[in-house]
Amino acid sequence: MELFAQGVLEAFRLLLAGDAEVWQVTWLSLQISAGATALSLLVGIPLGALLALARFPGRALVVSLVNTGMGLPPVVVGLFVTILLWRNGALGFLELLYTPSAMVAGQFVIAAPIVTGLTLAAVQQVPETFRLQMLGLGASRGQMLWVLLKEARLPMLAAVMAGFGGVISEVGASMMLGGNIRGSTRVLTTATVLETGKGNFDLAIALSVILLLITFLVNWALSVIQQRRR
Amino acid sequence: MLCLVPAGLLPSTAGPAGAQSNIVIVSTTTSTQDSGLLDVLVPMFERKSGLTVKAISVGTGQALALAARGEADVTLAHAPGLEKKYVSEGKMSNRRLVMYNDFVVIGPPDDPAKIKGLPKAVDALERIARSRSRFVSRGDKSGTHALELALWKQAGIEPKGAWYIESGQGMGQTLGIANDRRAYTLTDRATLLAFQKRVDLPILVEKDRPLLNIYSVMEVNPANGPRVNARGGRAFADFMLEPETQAVIESFGVEKYGQPLFVPVAGKKDEDL
Repeated sequence: MELFAQGVLEAFRLLLAGDAEVWQVTWLSLQISAGATALSLLVGIPLGALLALARFPGRALVVSLVNTGMGLPPVVVGLFVTILLWRNGALGFLELLYTPSAMVAGQFVIAAPIVTGLTLAAVQQVPETFRLQMLGLGASRGQMLWVLLKEARLPMLAAVMAGFGGVISEVGASMMLGGNIRGSTRVLTTATVLETGKGNFDLAIALSVILLLITFLVNWALSVIQQRRR
Repeated sequence: MLCLVPAGLLPSTAGPAGAQSNIVIVSTTTSTQDSGLLDVLVPMFERKSGLTVKAISVGTGQALALAARGEADVTLAHAPGLEKKYVSEGKMSNRRLVMYNDFVVIGPPDDPAKIKGLPKAVDALERIARSRSRFVSRGDKSGTHALELALWKQAGIEPKGAWYIESGQGMGQTLGIANDRRAYTLTDRATLLAFQKRVDLPILVEKDRPLLNIYSVMEVNPANGPRVNARGGRAFADFMLEPETQAVIESFGVEKYGQPLFVPVAGKKDEDL
């Protein structure tokens, strides 16, 4: 208990004292996870909406795959993407391994199915009669889709939170793809693992508290947007 | 997404040659990072050489396996037997000793296996197995694990049973488990020093020749893969043996632990120690 209290105090001390390395690690965590979440929105929202509305053979299989993807183990994603990015791997020529870009790629693979799956569910819960009504009133398909997404924005913000929450907190893929290199690919989760390994438990707790804090702040901001116009 | 995975197993041909790259990938063991030594040496090398280092800290087994696939340019490891095997297979070359420290056997103060003060680690492990006293193994193909397995083999024992706990984790976590379960374990002295506040298992066996923990640097054979930066790897290996670097190693840890963590041994051979 005493150790935990020490860690919490240490967290605030590090933040307030403006410890350069801690701020850099925190900022990098935010950048990578926000970037990965943004990319997964770009892909996941259109894909989720398409899957919700389109009818094609094999749709049930694709939906099952997306739903399975929502629970992709980060360490498995990390391993597969690492092999892909190895110097001798298919994408080795990009020389991305052990860079922040590689971490964004891995986190994107983790977040995209989450966003796709939740968008799919959000769009599907809008009654079909509503869609037919709009089309009947002369809306174009594009207009219909836009209104539909606006109608589904509350559950879709939940998709953003779930996607971001999934990637900011994962360690397996970030460790493998980034290599936990000081000043370059060290993020809050991998730094926590490292400090635990070093026996610096108070610093490890401090980093965990910072991680919880920024996760809370991001979710709080999103929740405010979500609940503003109820 | 899923269909890309098998493609990752195929070799690729295009891309810039590693020889011109100014990035050096160093595959190394967790102890060099956990002790903080890399945080001192890497910036020093980058300043001197103008190259950028990516130090990947994994177990020694993985560090060598990555190097053998051409996924690293130089390796700093601590498993002489395994290293020599890779050198003899031509995957690694120019193995040179950098530094050493030592391993110790620690265990519960009441010492149920009665190993305290034994001169030979092999005898200590044998007594632990005979008395079926709890022993925590790294079980992760690290350098420490490799030494432990070599000692069991020498003792003619195949460790198995409820008393033999495989943690599959780093030295720090393994020390925590041993402390919690009041078990024996084999640890390097540097990690034990870092954890001295949290681990109250005393040192029971030490200073036996096989317990020397020898770190060597090896260059990766460019034939292992198309993008191996042989020049950069060579530069890092040479750097580790420079007098200035060796002086830094010699005094590293004194400030924090009151004693150095490593003894530099550039120019020596295994049999000199």
